[in-house]
Amino acid sequence: MGAHAEPLNLPEPPRELDRLPLVDNQRGLGWISDRVASLTEGRPPFWWWALLIPSMAGLGMLLFMLGYQISTGVGVWGNMHPVMWGWDIINFVWWIGIGHAGTLISAILFLLRQRWRTGVNRAAEAMTIFAVMCAGIYPALHVGRVWYDWWLFPIPNSNSIWPQFRSPLMWDVFAVSTYFTVSVLFWYMGLIPDLAVMRDRARTKIRQFLYGLFALGWTGSNRHWSNYEKAYLILAGLSTPLVLSVHSIVSLDFAVSQLPGWHTTIFPPYFVAGAIFSGFGMVLTLLIPLRKIFKLEDLITMRHIDVMCKVTLATGSIVGYAYGMEFFIAWYSGSPYERFAFINRALGPYWWGYWTMIICNVVVPQFFWFKKLRQNLVFVFIVSILVNIGMWFERFVIIVISLHRDFLPASWGYFTPSWVDICTYIGTFGLFFTLFLLFVRFLPMIAISEVKGVTPQSDPHHPLGGAKVKEMAGHGK
Amino acid sequence: MESKPYGMVAEFRTAASVMHAAEKVRDAGFRRWDVFTPFPVHGMDRAMGLKNSKVGWFAFVGGVTGYTTGMLMIWYMNALDYPLMVGGKPMFSPFFAFPPSYELTILFGAFGSLFGMLFLNRLPRLHHPLLKNKRFALVTHDRYFIAIECSDPRFNELETRKLLEEAGSPHIEMVEE
Repeated sequence: MGAHAEPLNLPEPPRELDRLPLVDNQRGLGWISDRVASLTEGRPPFWWWALLIPSMAGLGMLLFMLGYQISTGVGVWGNMHPVMWGWDIINFVWWIGIGHAGTLISAILFLLRQRWRTGVNRAAEAMTIFAVMCAGIYPALHVGRVWYDWWLFPIPNSNSIWPQFRSPLMWDVFAVSTYFTVSVLFWYMGLIPDLAVMRDRARTKIRQFLYGLFALGWTGSNRHWSNYEKAYLILAGLSTPLVLSVHSIVSLDFAVSQLPGWHTTIFPPYFVAGAIFSGFGMVLTLLIPLRKIFKLEDLITMRHIDVMCKVTLATGSIVGYAYGMEFFIAWYSGSPYERFAFINRALGPYWWGYWTMIICNVVVPQFFWFKKLRQNLVFVFIVSILVNIGMWFERFVIIVISLHRDFLPASWGYFTPSWVDICTYIGTFGLFFTLFLLFVRFLPMIAISEVKGVTPQSDPHHPLGGAKVKEMAGHGK
Repeated sequence: MESKPYGMVAEFRTAASVMHAAEKVRDAGFRRWDVFTPFPVHGMDRAMGLKNSKVGWFAFVGGVTGYTTGMLMIWYMNALDYPLMVGGKPMFSPFFAFPPSYELTILFGAFGSLFGMLFLNRLPRLHHPLLKNKRFALVTHDRYFIAIECSDPRFNELETRKLLEEAGSPHIEMVEE
């Protein structure tokens, strides 16, 4: 501002308060487009085929297993009295939990103005959508007669009976289908400007046509950006309560019942924290190899890895607290069934499941207190896989261990999965990785225009954005 | 084919220069003009003199519709059309109807904001005069543009060009319809 006749003499902020750049090596705007878009151009690399072929084989196996299960009946699964919810519900909750990190990154971190999210949100949202697709398979098949799945929706049928909305299972139908739809809308809206990037650099007719079609004629007009940013903000604001409600409602499927081990009030927050924990595990599992293979180290920087490790540590600790609190509540309730259910978790016939969960979810993430370990990519990768394993066991502990010994010892049993359970689960990985590999190959896996927006070049008040140093003197200092 | 002029397009190299140019165009009183950027430039709405976006209304109407739909639907289905006693619970209560209605609020609100945004932007519009311009394709790469349409009452080829040149544009051209 011209009002200051003399130059302002303000002390420089200390170096440790300097924010690390979100894009390393001062890459320019054009470089970001080139780097990200080039991943989808030219011939697909060898490793892509090497991963796609086994993934598609897994997908084929999934389809076979679903066909076998539908034509034979749910008896092909290991579900057997008293454990009537087995791997189907475990895997449903596990996959849908994984999705939650994508929405946390895209919506909650957006509202909290965590600008680092731009580097990872596109891939994380894709992960969300594909994980919810994998999850959706299980309840649809678990009903036994798949051809009656439409009875779950409020569609008039020949029996004139409507869905029964007093059941949390109905709430789940609405929560999961809304979650999927809104995630797709949010993802697609974020893609529109980037599809325009792809359209404008497309060389072949078919790419020009398809990217052009889905870019909807985006020109980068500021009148459009103005509405777009408002819509994005609102979608983020809507997705935030959505993501918190989805896993809360999933947890109510359990908590509303009367079963010891399920009938607890801490389930909603505990499930949401666990979901975000497992989701960040999966984001790290996916992005650490991808940034290396695609040479995206300047866009998904060590700072991104570092903050994601911190979120993993925080949510892992919340989950650990919930495990402890569950035991306290069981003891404090005075109910002998509750107490038994929890002692049986830790010391019963499934003790190995419980302790795998504790080691993977509570002990292992504590290493992330050390910066050296957060910066060691091999270590972070291994931990991220352990987190996924641990969270799978959490659902196993909650579902199988609570069910296998309920009130009457006469009805106790021991659950073992069948080969169909195992092959269906492996098959869902085939579906997930097939979709994810197609995504990284055909769509920009990093939000190009959003990353451009967090570079110093994009800031009209920064020297790299073209601001004159004279103007800088009065701005913000 | 008859070619009609669409408008004048000026290119800029930095975010700061296009923003200052936008302020000048705004102050000159143009109405049918726009700034094109590879990402949303913060402060540009003010530099262009734009009002707050109206997308919020679409989302709001969507959300209210969703919530009302959910509550009315559940009341109609479980209490009116086919009342069914389950576990001694009331036929209708806003408490058990809340979770599905809440989800429908979000669902309809999300549709409202996405389609509201597309409606306000008049998208999809797959044909646009600027999209035919080779140089303009860089708008999704790293360049910034200001386009002033010939239909603007203040448009005058010489004076508008002078204004944009003075605003610091290194490259100005006319674009045909």
